[in-house]
Amino acid sequence: MMSDSAAFSGATTPGGFLLVLAVGVPTAGMLLSLALGGRLAVRTALFILPVGLGLAFAIVIGVWRSGGPLVYFLGGWAPPLGLALRADGLSAAMLLTTAIVVCATGLYARAAFPMPPGVSEARAPLVFWVLLMAVWAALNLVFLGDDLFNLYVALELLTFAAVPLVCLDGRAETLAAALRYLLFALLGSVLYLLGTALLYGGYGTLDIFLLFGRIRPELVAFIAVGLMTTGLLAKTALFPLHLWLPPAHAGAPPAASAMLSGLVVKGSFFLVVRLWFDVMPWLLNQAASQILSTLGAGAILVGSVLALRQARLKLLIAYSTIAQIGYLFLMFPLASGSTSAQFGSNAALTGGFLQAISHAFAKAAMFMSAGLMAEALGHDRIAELRGVGQMLPVTVFAFGAAALSLIGLPPSGGFVAKWLLLTAVITAGQWWWALVMLVGGLLAGGYMFRVLARAMANAAEPLIPRMSVPRSRELVALALALCSMLLGLIPLRAFDLLRIGRQHASQAIAKSPCPISAAPNAAFVPLHLAGSR
Amino acid sequence: MSAATLFGVCSAALVGLGLYGLIIHPQPLRKILAFNLLGSGVFLLFGVIARRGAASGLGGDPVPQALVITGIVVAFSATALAVALLLRLFHETGRTTLNADAPKNSSDNPPRKSPDS
Repeated sequence: MMSDSAAFSGATTPGGFLLVLAVGVPTAGMLLSLALGGRLAVRTALFILPVGLGLAFAIVIGVWRSGGPLVYFLGGWAPPLGLALRADGLSAAMLLTTAIVVCATGLYARAAFPMPPGVSEARAPLVFWVLLMAVWAALNLVFLGDDLFNLYVALELLTFAAVPLVCLDGRAETLAAALRYLLFALLGSVLYLLGTALLYGGYGTLDIFLLFGRIRPELVAFIAVGLMTTGLLAKTALFPLHLWLPPAHAGAPPAASAMLSGLVVKGSFFLVVRLWFDVMPWLLNQAASQILSTLGAGAILVGSVLALRQARLKLLIAYSTIAQIGYLFLMFPLASGSTSAQFGSNAALTGGFLQAISHAFAKAAMFMSAGLMAEALGHDRIAELRGVGQMLPVTVFAFGAAALSLIGLPPSGGFVAKWLLLTAVITAGQWWWALVMLVGGLLAGGYMFRVLARAMANAAEPLIPRMSVPRSRELVALALALCSMLLGLIPLRAFDLLRIGRQHASQAIAKSPCPISAAPNAAFVPLHLAGSR
Repeated sequence: MSAATLFGVCSAALVGLGLYGLIIHPQPLRKILAFNLLGSGVFLLFGVIARRGAASGLGGDPVPQALVITGIVVAFSATALAVALLLRLFHETGRTTLNADAPKNSSDNPPRKSPDS
């Protein structure tokens, strides 16, 4: 119980109130947009975007300066009775990534979802701006929550905000895609809830930090984590639970696809990491983590091969998302390093998160530029892209820069991420994952080259765009693609941020295969009642 | 058999039935109903856990009861959203199945003639 008192000795840390604001400001923006409606909804959202971005920066600086997590106890009640918000290095990095991508999406969507002139309010723009705020608030809560049930609610809010984004245009096939997405997500959420119930029944608390000190490798923990992980994988669209993703992400409007593909799937991935790295880090030493990365390897191969075979650009990008999600799960068996492989374990965690972050930027940039090409051409058939490079040079350049990061060519965030993962593979002596990564990289090169070769080719006669593409929207896509490239140029020391506030878990991995709990078996006694006896 | 064990077995049965229905039925409406059955099983499990936590002298552990209330609200909203989407799909296409316009990857689930329609 030493770790418990160390974590919750003080109350809220200085700067902890920022965490409440990070969730509260987008929520307030969402409610205000809905209440005000019309043109004011757009203005409210555009006002909230920079505020939220500033808050994310403030949290990153706060975590970096203090060298430890920021904690806030809601209402002053400490866990296990109360709920805590907790920002460690991983949360801070994901908060900032989310804020940047959401702001870019907002700027891009200003032209895509304006209130049409002449009417006071139109349905699609209003819903888009309200849901943009809702997705942001839910994601921030996923990254900051410290209670498994609180995280369940955050995950559900994320799903409810993401599903309608798929069918904004109301066409029958997008409605079907949204419904299929929702059905997968419901299965996922109910399995997660069942796991939560079992954990509470077994250990009497749902606070991640307290659970870490009490959970033991026994049947109830294995069943619970199996159910929760399966549920989360359905929401993350990891192979073989990926069937819902391509129609949903390819059918949504480009601004919504950028959010869905870049950010929303990372929410449930983040919870898998919380569960496996923070709640029961000893699980990483076991064969179970090999199952996750086998699924990841399957996702890389199947996603890439299917991407190669697509005829439509947006579907190709959606299948590429499935493949790139696979890389995220390769870090699980590699991060289980014993003391001798501490470097390898750090490299795997950093590489995995760098992959998540650079994929968020690159994939958002890619969906945005694909949307611009589709608007200018009136279609997104890959075979007929010839000449688009002359017509929209900035857009195609943004697409190419994002593609470099996804393939993993230097100098890009994707390259550094895959390099770190390869280093971890070699340190851990699990060379077969390196083969999968190399084949995945080659296949990614193949499907991206298919698009770029056609787009760069000169048409017989210059194409005339069906509608003019504003330069500002091209620049937003370019900026995101450059963010993904620049990640590769940041000195690696900066990624020490990811390890802030995680010492307890890495020590537990290093010391013993399972944490030795000082407390006697307190099963079936809720933690908040235990003191009263 | 104590009441808590009996209800625990019931909740396990509900979860099993719901999961079975959610996986094998291709019709979205049946999937939604199965999801609700599965959800009821999970809520019942929370009730069982609240009762077992009450061994320390209280009538029941209030935390799982509070979780159940939230869970019911979430499941209700999820059902409402799913039914609204399904209704809209029906108005647009006259169908309540997902298979006709499915992309080629999920075509391994051919539309089934439902015997009860």
